[in-house]
Amino acid sequence: MITGRHWLEFEKGVEALEKKAEELKASDKGGSPAPEETARLERKTRNLLKDIYSKLTPAQITLVARHQDRPYTLDYLHHVFDEFIELHGDRAFKDDHAIVGGLARFEGEPVVVIGHQKGRNVKDKVRRNFGMPHPEGYRKALRLLDMAERFGRPVFTFIDTPGAYPGIGAEERGQGTAIAKNLLRMSNLKTPVIATVIGEGGSGGALAIGVADKVFMMEFATYSVISPEGCAAILWKDAGKAGLAAKALKVGSDDLLRLGIIDKIIKEPVGGAHREPETAYKNLKTAFSSAVKELKTLSVADLVDKRYRKFRAIGVFID
Amino acid sequence: MIWLKKEMLKNGSDGKNVKVPKGLWVKCEQCGGIIFKKEVENNLDVCPKCGFHFRIRAASRLAIILDEGTFKEFDADVEPVDFLEFKDLKRYKDRLKASQKETGLKDAIITGEGLINGIRACIGAFEFSFMGGSMGSVVGEKITRMIETARENVCGAVIFSASGGARMQESIISLMQMAKTSAALARLRSAGLPYVSVLTDPTMGGVTASIAMLGDVIMAEPKALIGFAGPRVISETIRQKLPDGFQRAEYLLEHGMLDMIVERKQMKDTISKLLSMLGPSTKAGNISRAR
Repeated sequence: MITGRHWLEFEKGVEALEKKAEELKASDKGGSPAPEETARLERKTRNLLKDIYSKLTPAQITLVARHQDRPYTLDYLHHVFDEFIELHGDRAFKDDHAIVGGLARFEGEPVVVIGHQKGRNVKDKVRRNFGMPHPEGYRKALRLLDMAERFGRPVFTFIDTPGAYPGIGAEERGQGTAIAKNLLRMSNLKTPVIATVIGEGGSGGALAIGVADKVFMMEFATYSVISPEGCAAILWKDAGKAGLAAKALKVGSDDLLRLGIIDKIIKEPVGGAHREPETAYKNLKTAFSSAVKELKTLSVADLVDKRYRKFRAIGVFID
Repeated sequence: MIWLKKEMLKNGSDGKNVKVPKGLWVKCEQCGGIIFKKEVENNLDVCPKCGFHFRIRAASRLAIILDEGTFKEFDADVEPVDFLEFKDLKRYKDRLKASQKETGLKDAIITGEGLINGIRACIGAFEFSFMGGSMGSVVGEKITRMIETARENVCGAVIFSASGGARMQESIISLMQMAKTSAALARLRSAGLPYVSVLTDPTMGGVTASIAMLGDVIMAEPKALIGFAGPRVISETIRQKLPDGFQRAEYLLEHGMLDMIVERKQMKDTISKLLSMLGPSTKAGNISRAR
């Protein structure tokens, strides 16, 4: 569940207006509120928010993409799909809570769903390892991908991770191997795959569930080869230069659409998906619906061939 | 020259502040020994004293592995482009120019075909001296074409990795090269053709998480650093000292992530034996390419 409201640094003006509106409401104490004044404040808030969000810098988009009130994978699974049944474990080592998956119905049709999962409160964040999977998470995803192919069910993936976890156990159990295997498997999976970047698309750990026929991206999500902080630490030798790195890396949905990496930007409500999640769910559902219809018209051979050519064509060079 | 050798070895054994005359002598990073450069070169750039494997250039790698005079290069003229106009402390353009000048290559890999003890194979070798062997558009495209050529010509593929990972200066496009190259390998697999992946020092990041770890057989050179996340990132994240030998080839072998560790002088014979056992029975003739 999405609870509470946290304000980002650049939303301070909006915060002040909303507080004022609340005070106004409270002072009325059951009597008729000053409707004009309330409406005026609401309009003002909305306009300010719209203005701020129309010119977000890449660094600010990064903050929205990581917003702690933002809808996470499980929120989408419960609101865009019906009858979600979670399936656990990689059948080898453990159940990784940073990746969730299972079966669900989309518009009545059974489908397979997989996504990174972050936690909301401190305890949950730790349990979900801040959305950073170990190899087991990717192996759980792989098992579900295999299942989807076996039963001919479309796959929906949800990308929202700072990256694959950099730890001793993760390396010992083959983090690189796990990601690589998923890339290979997804590239020729004989069933439709639709991936959506809903928050942070952090590097190989994101791509590991992102090789898809359709790649969607929420308007204020990010997708990049390395986190802006990581990039700044290496190239600028100063993690504090993350703002510059975010700009240089072109992490936002507009840039990714222009670069041909994503197929569609899913519009978010003014102020980001967390302010009106229902709108975000509805918009995504509409996009899913037409994508499923389109992909259904292709034979399995054409589908796989088209997916190959889609990724095969990515690259900028002089020949 | 004997005086020099003795003197230097003496100082070298306790390690520090040894000045190595440029050109004639090299200092072994592992045992600290000062060795006549020719002697190292004649030993395939392996320390004759302790067996330390020096990093080598892509061209030397191919010379060691392929039968003499059989190499035909693919796509030597494919060139990188600074399409994002990426600038950190330096411009990407300038980094490219400097690396091109230093290596004589257009980008961080050489691909082509040749014979390995008479067995035809498509082959790629990363050039670590070119921007840390990082994988951007050109590396991804050349690997993909090489694998596609192997598939079209019914022969196996061999890749020698030496890379820091995906190239940040080409951002998301670099990330996607992981998917592109892995997809090409999926097709090679479906065609029943073998791929031998050789991990050399260092093999990290996006290269580990794609082509490097997808070999039908995966081998590494002794002591090669191999991993997904870099050791510094890991120790900063977990705030712990890393175990001895962590992310070295021997450690990965112990954890079941590699098939074998192979010394450089055994590499050619090992690869040719594997290819002959896994590969197509026809020792195909000439390679043809659509491009």
